Amino acid sequence: MSSAAPAETPLRETPLTRLHRGLGARMVGFAGYSMPVQYPTGIIAEHNWTRTHAGLFDVSHMGPSFLILTGRSDDAGADHAAVAAIMEGLVCGDIRGLKPGQVRYTLLLNDDGGILDDLMVARPIDPAWSGALYVVVNAATKESDFAKLAAAAGSRAQLRRSDDCALLALQGPEAADVIKAVLPAAAELGFMTYRSFDLNGIELVISRSGYTGEDGFEILVPPERAGEFWERLLDDRRVRPIGLGARDSLRLEAGLPLYGHDLDETTSPIEAGLAFAVSRRRREAADFPGARRVLGELSGTLARVRVGLLIDGAPAREGAEVTDEYGVVVGKVTSGGFSPTLGRPIAMGYLPPPLSPVGTRLGVRVRDRVQSAVVAALPFVPHRYLRKPAS
Amino acid sequence: MTTRYTRDHEWIRLEGDVAVVGITDYAQEQLGDIVYVELPPVGKQLGKGAEAAVVESVKAASEIYAPVAGEVVGVNQVLADEPAVVNRSPEGAGWFLKLKVASRADLDSLMDPDAYKAFLETI
Repeated sequence: MSSAAPAETPLRETPLTRLHRGLGARMVGFAGYSMPVQYPTGIIAEHNWTRTHAGLFDVSHMGPSFLILTGRSDDAGADHAAVAAIMEGLVCGDIRGLKPGQVRYTLLLNDDGGILDDLMVARPIDPAWSGALYVVVNAATKESDFAKLAAAAGSRAQLRRSDDCALLALQGPEAADVIKAVLPAAAELGFMTYRSFDLNGIELVISRSGYTGEDGFEILVPPERAGEFWERLLDDRRVRPIGLGARDSLRLEAGLPLYGHDLDETTSPIEAGLAFAVSRRRREAADFPGARRVLGELSGTLARVRVGLLIDGAPAREGAEVTDEYGVVVGKVTSGGFSPTLGRPIAMGYLPPPLSPVGTRLGVRVRDRVQSAVVAALPFVPHRYLRKPAS
Repeated sequence: MTTRYTRDHEWIRLEGDVAVVGITDYAQEQLGDIVYVELPPVGKQLGKGAEAAVVESVKAASEIYAPVAGEVVGVNQVLADEPAVVNRSPEGAGWFLKLKVASRADLDSLMDPDAYKAFLETI
């Protein structure tokens, strides 16, 4: 058995680190933080629990923040348009068109249309907060993202980081019932909406969103109340703590890309299968970074696309080569592992469009041997998000 | 014959001139849920420390090394269908392979149970 990598610079802790240790978590370094990769029951049990009950994740390493207009007027719509314009200079999503309370998945792009990060941007529902955006970026990219946002804002808006807070994710088919027992109003949130709540003096920012393919919530909690709130959720027998290991296998089954693996600065939104994140208004205006490449790819010139693969044999990990029927290398796995739900290895990777149709038979190289693989539809496991019409 | 241990957390137990090899409880605990085990072909000659098998957890692949030199004379076929046996019974039903050892004296350089236990306390 090979030994672990040597420790590097001291890791940052989240407001919940002490509680994870108390629960017997195995802690690993991830994006500069000491994070629970699994609890004693193990990744597969945690994965299956989330798919059948409710899993509670600490994702405080991520980058929640608020972009707040400096000179706010008494015109809520104008203030939203002004702060949206700052954000739209960096992303391909329609931020101006967000309804109050709406959350949107979008992409931070470079001038070549490459993806610098994927993120959530949301518009507050409360008119008193108009002129602000709630923005959540990835852990590994947060310093550069925040610098870019602050530079784009200049003196027009202020970026308030909230990554000293705890960010929790409560995910699974019983998540809504669990949150209802604690905070009934939060269970009324529609999919991809958010608002702030006061729970006996704890100020919570809750969105109905997640990274598992299940219904669920992401909850921003002030650091000094985080432990208490985490334990309150865990007091519900339907809830178990879930580590980053199962978070990864859950999102892989859900076909959700992971930044730094399935997406990077060379990947375009269209290659990544994220055309839905390039909003129509932005396409028509062609006014986002890298619009020329992205719009060109939308109308046909595409070198590679993200696909799902069902693998026979050993798991094919990130970096594994994908071969065609003649053994020629045609692509690469960008994330891969074992699917507890399907009981077999699955992967995502990039292939030329002619080899991307579902059912295409290919090979993957694992330890100098070629195993068979077949292109599969994404997601591997159907999403079960809340389907509730916006009220 | 007692079981001997390596610093890479393999165990080896001599039964006559054939030794059974597997990974320790500590190793399976560290790896987590095991989802795939790749075993060597019977007849393969392994040098001491050579890669003998690969074990895959949900997270990653790890190599298992031959604790001593020898010829592979058997592998645990159960692991092909039920790799989780390694988690449940690492030093019993979850054995990996049988080695016809080149020299029984090679085992003397490995740790006995007490030494391995002491070694684990240093990790």
